[in-house]
Amino acid sequence: MNLFLDGIAWILDPANWSGPGSIPQRLWEHVSITALVLVIASAIALPVGAVIGHTGRGREPAVRVSGGLRALPTLGVLTLFGIWLGIGLAAPIIALVILAIPPLLAGAYAGFESVDRRTIDAARAVGMLESQIVGKVELPLGMPIVVGGIRSATLQIIATATLAAYVANEGLGRFIFEGLKTRDFPQMLGGSILVIILALVIDGLFAVIQRLVVPAGVRASRTRELRSRPTRSRAVVGQPIIEGNQK
Amino acid sequence: MTWLWSNLDLVGELILVHLALSVPAIILSFVISVPIGWLAHRYAWSRGVLLSLCALLYAIPSLAMFVALPPITGLGLRSPVNLVIALTLYGIAVIVRTAADAFDSVASDVRQSATALGYSAAGRFWGVELPLAGPVLLSGLRVVVVSTVSLATVGAVIGVQSLGSLFTDGFQRGIEAEIITGIVATILLALLLDWLCVMAGRLLMPWSGPRRSRRPALSDVRSIEADPA
Repeated sequence: MNLFLDGIAWILDPANWSGPGSIPQRLWEHVSITALVLVIASAIALPVGAVIGHTGRGREPAVRVSGGLRALPTLGVLTLFGIWLGIGLAAPIIALVILAIPPLLAGAYAGFESVDRRTIDAARAVGMLESQIVGKVELPLGMPIVVGGIRSATLQIIATATLAAYVANEGLGRFIFEGLKTRDFPQMLGGSILVIILALVIDGLFAVIQRLVVPAGVRASRTRELRSRPTRSRAVVGQPIIEGNQK
Repeated sequence: MTWLWSNLDLVGELILVHLALSVPAIILSFVISVPIGWLAHRYAWSRGVLLSLCALLYAIPSLAMFVALPPITGLGLRSPVNLVIALTLYGIAVIVRTAADAFDSVASDVRQSATALGYSAAGRFWGVELPLAGPVLLSGLRVVVVSTVSLATVGAVIGVQSLGSLFTDGFQRGIEAEIITGIVATILLALLLDWLCVMAGRLLMPWSGPRRSRRPALSDVRSIEADPA
Protein backbone atom coordinates (compact mmCIF):
# COMPACT_ATOMS: atom_id res chain seq x y z
CA MET A 1 0.00 0.00 0.00
CA ASN A 2 3.01 2.27 0.58
CA LEU A 3 3.62 2.15 -3.13
CA PHE A 4 0.13 3.51 -3.73
CA LEU A 5 0.81 6.38 -1.35
CA ASP A 6 3.97 7.11 -3.35
CA GLY A 7 1.90 7.14 -6.55
CA ILE A 8 -0.66 9.49 -5.03
CA ALA A 9 2.14 11.67 -3.64
CA TRP A 10 3.56 11.85 -7.16
CA ILE A 11 0.18 13.01 -8.50
CA LEU A 12 -0.11 15.67 -5.77
CA ASP A 13 3.47 16.92 -6.17
CA PRO A 14 3.13 20.55 -7.42
CA ALA A 15 6.28 20.07 -9.54
CA ASN A 16 4.27 17.73 -11.78
CA TRP A 17 1.52 20.27 -12.36
CA SER A 18 3.41 22.87 -14.43
CA GLY A 19 5.92 23.09 -17.26
CA PRO A 20 6.23 20.90 -20.37
CA GLY A 21 4.92 17.36 -19.90
CA SER A 22 2.94 18.30 -16.82
CA ILE A 23 -0.15 16.43 -15.67
CA PRO A 24 -2.64 19.03 -17.02
CA GLN A 25 -0.91 19.06 -20.41
CA ARG A 26 -0.87 15.24 -20.70
CA LEU A 27 -4.46 15.02 -19.51
CA TRP A 28 -5.52 17.60 -22.11
CA GLU A 29 -3.64 15.67 -24.84
CA HIS A 30 -5.32 12.45 -23.77
CA VAL A 31 -8.81 13.92 -23.70
CA SER A 32 -8.44 15.86 -26.96
CA ILE A 33 -7.05 12.85 -28.86
CA THR A 34 -9.87 10.71 -27.49
CA ALA A 35 -12.43 13.30 -28.60
CA LEU A 36 -10.88 13.73 -32.06
CA VAL A 37 -10.72 9.99 -32.69
CA LEU A 38 -14.27 9.53 -31.43
CA VAL A 39 -15.56 12.22 -33.83
CA ILE A 40 -13.74 10.75 -36.85
CA ALA A 41 -14.71 7.16 -36.07
CA SER A 42 -18.34 8.13 -35.33
CA ALA A 43 -18.57 10.03 -38.63
CA ILE A 44 -17.61 6.82 -40.42
CA ALA A 45 -19.25 4.10 -38.33
CA LEU A 46 -22.55 5.60 -37.12
CA PRO A 47 -24.09 6.39 -40.55
CA VAL A 48 -23.01 2.99 -41.89
CA GLY A 49 -24.42 1.26 -38.83
CA ALA A 50 -27.67 3.24 -39.13
CA VAL A 51 -28.08 2.19 -42.78
CA ILE A 52 -27.39 -1.45 -41.92
CA GLY A 53 -29.81 -1.37 -38.99
CA HIS A 54 -32.50 0.44 -40.98
CA THR A 55 -32.37 -1.68 -44.14
CA GLY A 56 -31.19 -4.94 -42.58
CA ARG A 57 -28.80 -5.26 -45.52
CA GLY A 58 -25.13 -5.98 -45.03
CA ARG A 59 -25.70 -7.22 -41.53
CA GLU A 60 -23.65 -10.38 -41.94
CA PRO A 61 -20.45 -8.64 -43.05
CA ALA A 62 -20.91 -5.98 -40.35
CA VAL A 63 -21.21 -8.62 -37.62
CA ARG A 64 -18.21 -10.42 -39.03
CA VAL A 65 -16.10 -7.25 -39.21
CA SER A 66 -16.98 -6.04 -35.72
CA GLY A 67 -16.51 -9.53 -34.24
CA GLY A 68 -13.34 -10.29 -36.16
CA LEU A 69 -11.66 -6.99 -35.35
CA ARG A 70 -11.79 -7.92 -31.68
CA ALA A 71 -9.01 -10.41 -32.35
CA LEU A 72 -6.80 -7.64 -33.78
CA PRO A 73 -4.09 -6.84 -31.21
CA THR A 74 -4.14 -3.09 -30.53
CA LEU A 75 -0.41 -2.88 -29.85
CA GLY A 76 0.33 -4.56 -33.19
CA VAL A 77 -1.81 -2.05 -35.10
CA LEU A 78 -0.21 0.87 -33.22
CA THR A 79 3.36 -0.24 -33.84
CA LEU A 80 2.68 -1.13 -37.48
CA PHE A 81 1.28 2.34 -38.22
CA GLY A 82 4.12 3.68 -36.07
CA ILE A 83 6.77 2.38 -38.46
CA TRP A 84 4.77 3.21 -41.57
CA LEU A 85 4.09 6.83 -40.64
CA GLY A 86 6.93 7.60 -38.24
CA ILE A 87 6.84 9.36 -34.90
CA GLY A 88 3.91 11.73 -34.68
CA LEU A 89 0.21 11.90 -34.13
CA ALA A 90 -0.94 10.51 -37.49
CA ALA A 91 -0.04 6.90 -36.69
CA PRO A 92 -1.86 6.61 -33.34
CA ILE A 93 -4.88 8.53 -34.62
CA ILE A 94 -5.37 6.26 -37.64
CA ALA A 95 -4.82 3.15 -35.50
CA LEU A 96 -7.24 4.39 -32.84
CA VAL A 97 -9.92 5.16 -35.44
CA ILE A 98 -9.67 1.65 -36.87
CA LEU A 99 -9.98 0.12 -33.40
CA ALA A 100 -12.91 2.36 -32.41
CA ILE A 101 -15.04 1.53 -35.43
CA PRO A 102 -16.26 -1.99 -34.42
CA PRO A 103 -18.01 -1.02 -31.15
CA LEU A 104 -19.54 2.07 -32.77
CA LEU A 105 -20.77 0.08 -35.76
CA ALA A 106 -22.16 -2.68 -33.54
CA GLY A 107 -23.93 -0.15 -31.29
CA ALA A 108 -25.45 1.69 -34.25
CA TYR A 109 -26.85 -1.31 -36.08
CA ALA A 110 -27.98 -3.03 -32.90
CA GLY A 111 -29.72 0.18 -31.82
CA PHE A 112 -31.58 0.65 -35.09
CA GLU A 113 -32.37 -3.03 -35.27
CA SER A 114 -33.75 -3.13 -31.74
CA VAL A 115 -36.75 -1.01 -32.71
CA ASP A 116 -39.92 -3.08 -32.88
CA ARG A 117 -40.87 -3.75 -36.52
CA ARG A 118 -44.51 -3.02 -35.69
CA THR A 119 -43.58 0.46 -34.51
CA ILE A 120 -41.83 1.12 -37.80
CA ASP A 121 -44.75 -0.29 -39.81
CA ALA A 122 -47.09 1.94 -37.82
CA ALA A 123 -44.91 4.97 -38.57
CA ARG A 124 -44.98 4.10 -42.27
CA ALA A 125 -48.74 3.56 -42.15
CA VAL A 126 -49.41 7.02 -40.73
CA GLY A 127 -47.52 8.43 -43.69
CA MET A 128 -44.05 9.15 -42.35
CA LEU A 129 -41.30 9.47 -44.93
CA GLU A 130 -38.38 7.06 -44.76
CA SER A 131 -36.15 9.89 -43.51
CA GLN A 132 -38.69 10.72 -40.81
CA ILE A 133 -38.83 7.09 -39.71
CA VAL A 134 -35.05 7.07 -39.33
CA GLY A 135 -34.84 10.44 -37.57
CA LYS A 136 -37.98 10.49 -35.49
CA VAL A 137 -38.68 6.84 -34.71
CA GLU A 138 -35.63 4.61 -35.01
CA LEU A 139 -33.01 7.06 -33.77
CA PRO A 140 -34.75 8.10 -30.51
CA LEU A 141 -35.82 4.54 -29.69
CA GLY A 142 -32.45 3.02 -30.50
CA MET A 143 -30.48 5.84 -28.88
CA PRO A 144 -29.61 4.11 -25.57
CA ILE A 145 -27.96 1.26 -27.44
CA VAL A 146 -26.22 3.63 -29.87
CA VAL A 147 -24.88 5.59 -26.88
CA GLY A 148 -23.82 2.26 -25.34
CA GLY A 149 -21.71 1.64 -28.44
CA ILE A 150 -20.20 5.13 -28.14
CA ARG A 151 -19.48 4.38 -24.48
CA SER A 152 -17.57 1.16 -25.25
CA ALA A 153 -15.73 2.88 -28.08
CA THR A 154 -14.71 5.80 -25.85
CA LEU A 155 -13.35 3.48 -23.16
CA GLN A 156 -11.50 1.54 -25.84
CA ILE A 157 -9.98 4.78 -27.19
CA ILE A 158 -8.91 5.98 -23.72
CA ALA A 159 -7.23 2.62 -23.04
CA THR A 160 -5.55 2.42 -26.42
CA ALA A 161 -4.49 6.08 -26.33
CA THR A 162 -2.56 5.19 -23.14
CA LEU A 163 -0.78 2.48 -25.08
CA ALA A 164 -0.26 4.86 -28.02
CA ALA A 165 2.25 6.78 -25.88
CA TYR A 166 4.58 3.92 -26.79
CA VAL A 167 4.77 5.17 -30.39
CA ALA A 168 4.04 8.89 -29.93
CA ASN A 169 4.87 11.58 -27.39
CA GLU A 170 1.36 12.20 -26.15
CA GLY A 171 -1.15 11.50 -23.40
CA LEU A 172 -1.10 10.14 -19.87
CA GLY A 173 0.61 6.97 -21.07
CA ARG A 174 3.86 8.99 -21.32
CA PHE A 175 4.11 8.94 -17.53
CA ILE A 176 4.00 5.14 -17.55
CA PHE A 177 6.67 4.79 -20.24
CA GLU A 178 8.90 7.54 -18.81
CA GLY A 179 8.65 5.94 -15.38
CA LEU A 180 9.49 2.56 -16.93
CA LYS A 181 12.60 4.01 -18.62
CA THR A 182 13.90 5.83 -15.52
CA ARG A 183 12.79 3.10 -13.07
CA ASP A 184 10.51 5.59 -11.38
CA PHE A 185 7.64 3.42 -10.15
CA PRO A 186 5.70 6.20 -8.35
CA GLN A 187 5.49 8.06 -11.67
CA MET A 188 4.24 4.92 -13.48
CA LEU A 189 1.69 4.26 -10.78
CA GLY A 190 0.63 7.93 -10.64
CA GLY A 191 0.11 7.92 -14.42
CA SER A 192 -1.88 4.69 -14.17
CA ILE A 193 -4.09 6.05 -11.40
CA LEU A 194 -4.82 9.14 -13.51
CA VAL A 195 -5.76 6.97 -16.51
CA ILE A 196 -8.04 4.80 -14.36
CA ILE A 197 -9.74 7.87 -12.85
CA LEU A 198 -10.23 9.38 -16.32
CA ALA A 199 -11.74 6.13 -17.65
CA LEU A 200 -14.09 5.70 -14.70
CA VAL A 201 -15.24 9.34 -14.81
CA ILE A 202 -15.97 9.14 -18.55
CA ASP A 203 -17.73 5.80 -18.07
CA GLY A 204 -19.89 7.29 -15.32
CA LEU A 205 -20.69 10.26 -17.54
CA PHE A 206 -21.85 7.96 -20.32
CA ALA A 207 -23.92 5.91 -17.86
CA VAL A 208 -25.81 9.11 -17.03
CA ILE A 209 -26.18 10.10 -20.70
CA GLN A 210 -27.44 6.61 -21.50
CA ARG A 211 -30.22 7.04 -18.96
CA LEU A 212 -31.08 10.52 -20.15
CA VAL A 213 -31.53 9.57 -23.81
CA VAL A 214 -34.21 6.99 -23.08
CA PRO A 215 -37.43 8.53 -24.44
CA ALA A 216 -39.96 9.31 -21.69
CA GLY A 217 -42.55 6.95 -23.17
CA VAL A 218 -40.12 4.05 -23.11
CA ARG A 219 -38.78 4.81 -19.64
CA ALA A 220 -42.18 4.18 -18.14
CA SER A 221 -42.28 0.61 -19.38
CA ARG A 222 -38.65 -0.43 -19.21
CA THR A 223 -36.64 -1.07 -16.08
CA ARG A 224 -33.65 -3.12 -17.22
CA GLU A 225 -30.44 -1.26 -17.66
CA LEU A 226 -29.43 -0.84 -21.26
CA ARG A 227 -25.83 -1.30 -22.11
CA SER A 228 -24.09 -1.88 -25.33
CA ARG A 229 -25.07 -5.31 -26.56
CA PRO A 230 -22.31 -7.75 -27.37
CA THR A 231 -21.79 -8.24 -31.08
CA ARG A 232 -22.68 -11.88 -30.80
CA SER A 233 -26.27 -12.87 -30.39
CA ARG A 234 -27.51 -14.56 -27.25
CA ALA A 235 -29.54 -17.68 -27.06
CA VAL A 236 -33.25 -17.47 -26.59
CA VAL A 237 -35.01 -20.25 -24.76
CA GLY A 238 -36.06 -23.04 -27.09
CA GLN A 239 -33.86 -21.74 -29.86
CA PRO A 240 -30.40 -23.25 -29.66
CA ILE A 241 -27.62 -20.81 -30.40
CA ILE A 242 -26.28 -21.15 -33.91
CA GLU A 243 -22.54 -20.77 -33.96
CA GLY A 244 -21.39 -17.43 -32.59
CA ASN A 245 -21.47 -14.83 -35.34
CA GLN A 246 -24.33 -16.03 -37.46
CA LYS A 247 -27.99 -15.12 -37.02
CA MET B 1 8.59 -13.82 -45.36
CA THR B 2 12.37 -14.09 -45.14
CA TRP B 3 12.18 -12.68 -41.64
CA LEU B 4 9.67 -15.32 -40.65
CA TRP B 5 11.71 -18.25 -42.03
CA SER B 6 14.87 -17.17 -40.26
CA ASN B 7 13.05 -16.56 -36.97
CA LEU B 8 10.71 -19.52 -36.93
CA ASP B 9 12.16 -20.78 -33.64
CA LEU B 10 11.55 -17.43 -31.93
CA VAL B 11 7.95 -17.25 -33.16
CA GLY B 12 7.28 -20.84 -32.08
CA GLU B 13 8.69 -20.17 -28.64
CA LEU B 14 6.68 -16.97 -28.24
CA ILE B 15 3.49 -18.79 -29.27
CA LEU B 16 4.08 -21.26 -26.42
CA VAL B 17 4.81 -18.42 -23.97
CA HIS B 18 1.68 -16.65 -25.17
CA LEU B 19 -0.40 -19.78 -24.60
CA ALA B 20 1.08 -20.14 -21.12
CA LEU B 21 -0.16 -16.62 -20.34
CA SER B 22 -3.59 -16.69 -21.92
CA VAL B 23 -4.85 -20.26 -21.40
CA PRO B 24 -4.57 -20.20 -17.56
CA ALA B 25 -6.24 -16.78 -17.53
CA ILE B 26 -9.11 -18.03 -19.70
CA ILE B 27 -9.67 -21.18 -17.63
CA LEU B 28 -9.40 -19.34 -14.30
CA SER B 29 -11.78 -16.59 -15.33
CA PHE B 30 -14.34 -19.15 -16.53
CA VAL B 31 -14.15 -21.26 -13.37
CA ILE B 32 -14.36 -18.19 -11.11
CA SER B 33 -17.10 -16.46 -13.10
CA VAL B 34 -19.68 -19.24 -13.31
CA PRO B 35 -20.49 -19.26 -9.56
CA ILE B 36 -20.37 -15.45 -9.41
CA GLY B 37 -22.65 -15.27 -12.45
CA TRP B 38 -25.03 -17.72 -10.82
CA LEU B 39 -25.08 -15.56 -7.69
CA ALA B 40 -25.78 -12.49 -9.82
CA HIS B 41 -28.64 -14.36 -11.48
CA ARG B 42 -30.08 -15.67 -8.22
CA TYR B 43 -30.81 -12.47 -6.27
CA ALA B 44 -31.87 -9.06 -7.54
CA TRP B 45 -29.60 -7.14 -5.18
CA SER B 46 -26.50 -9.19 -5.95
CA ARG B 47 -27.15 -8.79 -9.65
CA GLY B 48 -26.92 -5.00 -9.51
CA VAL B 49 -23.85 -4.99 -7.26
CA LEU B 50 -21.89 -7.71 -9.06
CA LEU B 51 -22.63 -6.54 -12.58
CA SER B 52 -21.76 -2.92 -11.71
CA LEU B 53 -18.46 -4.10 -10.22
CA CYS B 54 -17.73 -6.04 -13.39
CA ALA B 55 -18.55 -3.04 -15.56
CA LEU B 56 -16.17 -0.89 -13.49
CA LEU B 57 -13.45 -3.53 -13.73
CA TYR B 58 -13.86 -3.72 -17.48
CA ALA B 59 -13.58 0.07 -17.82
CA ILE B 60 -10.02 0.08 -16.43
CA PRO B 61 -7.49 0.49 -19.26
CA SER B 62 -5.26 -2.58 -19.55
CA LEU B 63 -1.86 -0.88 -19.33
CA ALA B 64 -2.92 1.00 -16.19
CA MET B 65 -4.19 -2.27 -14.72
CA PHE B 66 -0.87 -4.04 -15.41
CA VAL B 67 0.98 -1.24 -13.57
CA ALA B 68 -1.49 -0.85 -10.68
CA LEU B 69 -1.71 -4.58 -9.82
CA PRO B 70 1.83 -5.31 -8.54
CA PRO B 71 1.51 -3.09 -5.41
CA ILE B 72 -1.66 -5.01 -4.53
CA THR B 73 -0.40 -8.52 -5.29
CA GLY B 74 3.17 -7.92 -4.14
CA LEU B 75 4.50 -9.37 -7.39
CA GLY B 76 7.08 -7.79 -9.66
CA LEU B 77 6.00 -5.63 -12.59
CA ARG B 78 7.56 -8.04 -15.08
CA SER B 79 6.09 -11.15 -13.45
CA PRO B 80 3.98 -13.21 -15.88
CA VAL B 81 1.71 -14.12 -12.94
CA ASN B 82 0.84 -10.44 -12.61
CA LEU B 83 -0.29 -10.43 -16.25
CA VAL B 84 -2.27 -13.64 -15.82
CA ILE B 85 -4.11 -12.10 -12.84
CA ALA B 86 -4.95 -8.97 -14.83
CA LEU B 87 -6.19 -11.01 -17.81
CA THR B 88 -8.24 -13.19 -15.45
CA LEU B 89 -9.89 -10.08 -13.97
CA TYR B 90 -10.87 -8.86 -17.46
CA GLY B 91 -12.18 -12.32 -18.30
CA ILE B 92 -14.26 -12.37 -15.13
CA ALA B 93 -15.69 -8.95 -15.97
CA VAL B 94 -17.02 -10.33 -19.26
CA ILE B 95 -18.12 -13.85 -18.29
CA VAL B 96 -19.97 -12.93 -15.08
CA ARG B 97 -22.35 -10.80 -17.13
CA THR B 98 -22.89 -13.55 -19.73
CA ALA B 99 -23.19 -16.20 -17.02
CA ALA B 100 -25.94 -14.21 -15.29
CA ASP B 101 -27.76 -13.96 -18.65
CA ALA B 102 -27.10 -17.65 -19.30
CA PHE B 103 -28.74 -18.75 -16.04
CA ASP B 104 -31.58 -16.28 -16.68
CA SER B 105 -32.19 -18.00 -20.01
CA VAL B 106 -33.12 -21.27 -18.28
CA ALA B 107 -36.93 -21.30 -18.24
CA SER B 108 -38.42 -21.31 -14.76
CA ASP B 109 -40.83 -24.07 -15.89
CA VAL B 110 -37.85 -26.32 -16.47
CA ARG B 111 -36.39 -25.42 -13.09
CA GLN B 112 -39.68 -26.16 -11.34
CA SER B 113 -40.09 -29.45 -13.21
CA ALA B 114 -36.63 -30.51 -12.06
CA THR B 115 -37.53 -29.69 -8.47
CA ALA B 116 -40.80 -31.62 -8.85
CA LEU B 117 -38.86 -34.63 -10.12
CA GLY B 118 -36.92 -34.62 -6.88
CA TYR B 119 -33.67 -32.92 -7.87
CA SER B 120 -31.78 -31.42 -4.94
CA ALA B 121 -30.57 -27.83 -5.32
CA ALA B 122 -27.06 -29.01 -6.17
CA GLY B 123 -28.29 -31.77 -8.46
CA ARG B 124 -30.53 -29.31 -10.26
CA PHE B 125 -27.60 -26.94 -10.77
CA TRP B 126 -25.24 -29.59 -12.21
CA GLY B 127 -27.84 -31.65 -14.03
CA VAL B 128 -30.27 -29.08 -15.36
CA GLU B 129 -29.29 -25.42 -15.05
CA LEU B 130 -25.63 -25.65 -16.02
CA PRO B 131 -26.16 -27.76 -19.18
CA LEU B 132 -29.06 -25.55 -20.31
CA ALA B 133 -27.03 -22.41 -19.66
CA GLY B 134 -24.13 -23.99 -21.55
CA PRO B 135 -24.62 -22.50 -25.03
CA VAL B 136 -24.79 -18.93 -23.70
CA LEU B 137 -21.85 -19.57 -21.36
CA LEU B 138 -19.93 -20.82 -24.37
CA SER B 139 -20.63 -17.63 -26.31
CA GLY B 140 -19.25 -15.61 -23.38
CA LEU B 141 -16.21 -17.85 -23.16
CA ARG B 142 -15.52 -17.39 -26.87
CA VAL B 143 -15.54 -13.60 -26.48
CA VAL B 144 -13.05 -13.92 -23.61
CA VAL B 145 -10.81 -16.32 -25.53
CA VAL B 146 -10.41 -13.89 -28.41
CA SER B 147 -10.01 -10.76 -26.28
CA THR B 148 -7.57 -12.40 -23.81
CA VAL B 149 -5.25 -13.61 -26.56
CA SER B 150 -5.27 -10.12 -28.06
CA LEU B 151 -4.89 -8.34 -24.70
CA ALA B 152 -1.96 -10.50 -23.56
CA THR B 153 0.22 -8.80 -26.21
CA VAL B 154 -0.02 -5.49 -24.31
CA GLY B 155 2.16 -6.94 -21.53
CA ALA B 156 5.13 -6.73 -23.90
CA VAL B 157 5.51 -2.96 -23.34
CA ILE B 158 6.22 -3.48 -19.65
CA GLY B 159 8.55 -6.38 -20.37
CA VAL B 160 6.40 -9.53 -20.11
CA GLN B 161 7.32 -11.81 -23.02
CA SER B 162 4.54 -12.86 -25.39
CA LEU B 163 3.71 -12.57 -29.07
CA GLY B 164 3.51 -8.86 -28.27
CA SER B 165 7.30 -8.86 -27.97
CA LEU B 166 7.32 -9.12 -31.78
CA PHE B 167 5.54 -5.73 -31.85
CA THR B 168 7.91 -3.95 -29.46
CA ASP B 169 11.02 -5.52 -30.97
CA GLY B 170 9.83 -4.93 -34.53
CA PHE B 171 8.96 -1.32 -33.74
CA GLN B 172 12.30 -0.57 -32.09
CA ARG B 173 14.33 -2.19 -34.87
CA GLY B 174 12.02 -1.04 -37.65
CA ILE B 175 11.20 -4.55 -38.93
CA GLU B 176 7.76 -4.41 -40.54
CA ALA B 177 7.66 -8.17 -41.22
CA GLU B 178 8.13 -8.91 -37.52
CA ILE B 179 5.10 -6.84 -36.52
CA ILE B 180 2.93 -8.31 -39.27
CA THR B 181 4.01 -11.81 -38.20
CA GLY B 182 2.99 -10.96 -34.65
CA ILE B 183 -0.44 -9.68 -35.71
CA VAL B 184 -1.12 -12.71 -37.91
CA ALA B 185 0.13 -15.15 -35.26
CA THR B 186 -2.03 -13.52 -32.56
CA ILE B 187 -5.15 -13.65 -34.72
CA LEU B 188 -4.50 -17.26 -35.77
CA LEU B 189 -3.92 -18.29 -32.16
CA ALA B 190 -7.18 -16.60 -31.11
CA LEU B 191 -9.08 -18.32 -33.93
CA LEU B 192 -7.52 -21.69 -33.05
CA LEU B 193 -8.52 -21.43 -29.37
CA ASP B 194 -11.97 -20.19 -30.41
CA TRP B 195 -12.35 -23.20 -32.69
CA LEU B 196 -11.28 -25.53 -29.87
CA CYS B 197 -14.00 -24.00 -27.67
CA VAL B 198 -16.61 -24.57 -30.36
CA MET B 199 -15.49 -28.19 -30.75
CA ALA B 200 -15.51 -28.73 -26.97
CA GLY B 201 -19.00 -27.24 -26.94
CA ARG B 202 -20.21 -29.70 -29.57
CA LEU B 203 -18.73 -32.61 -27.66
CA LEU B 204 -20.14 -31.56 -24.30
CA MET B 205 -23.44 -30.19 -25.61
CA PRO B 206 -24.37 -32.30 -28.64
CA TRP B 207 -27.87 -30.80 -28.64
CA SER B 208 -26.60 -27.30 -29.40
CA GLY B 209 -24.76 -28.05 -32.65
CA PRO B 210 -25.74 -26.58 -36.00
CA ARG B 211 -29.05 -27.93 -37.27
CA ARG B 212 -29.15 -29.14 -40.79
CA SER B 213 -32.86 -29.76 -41.03
CA ARG B 214 -35.97 -29.35 -38.93
CA ARG B 215 -36.39 -33.05 -38.31
CA PRO B 216 -33.32 -34.82 -36.98
CA ALA B 217 -31.86 -37.17 -39.54
CA LEU B 218 -31.68 -40.87 -38.68
CA SER B 219 -27.93 -40.62 -38.07
CA ASP B 220 -28.54 -37.84 -35.56
CA VAL B 221 -31.09 -39.91 -33.71
CA ARG B 222 -28.63 -42.78 -33.52
CA SER B 223 -25.92 -40.52 -32.20
CA ILE B 224 -28.28 -39.21 -29.54
CA GLU B 225 -29.14 -42.74 -28.50
CA ALA B 226 -25.53 -43.82 -28.52
CA ASP B 227 -24.47 -41.02 -26.26
CA PRO B 228 -26.30 -41.00 -22.94
CA ALA B 229 -24.65 -37.71 -21.98
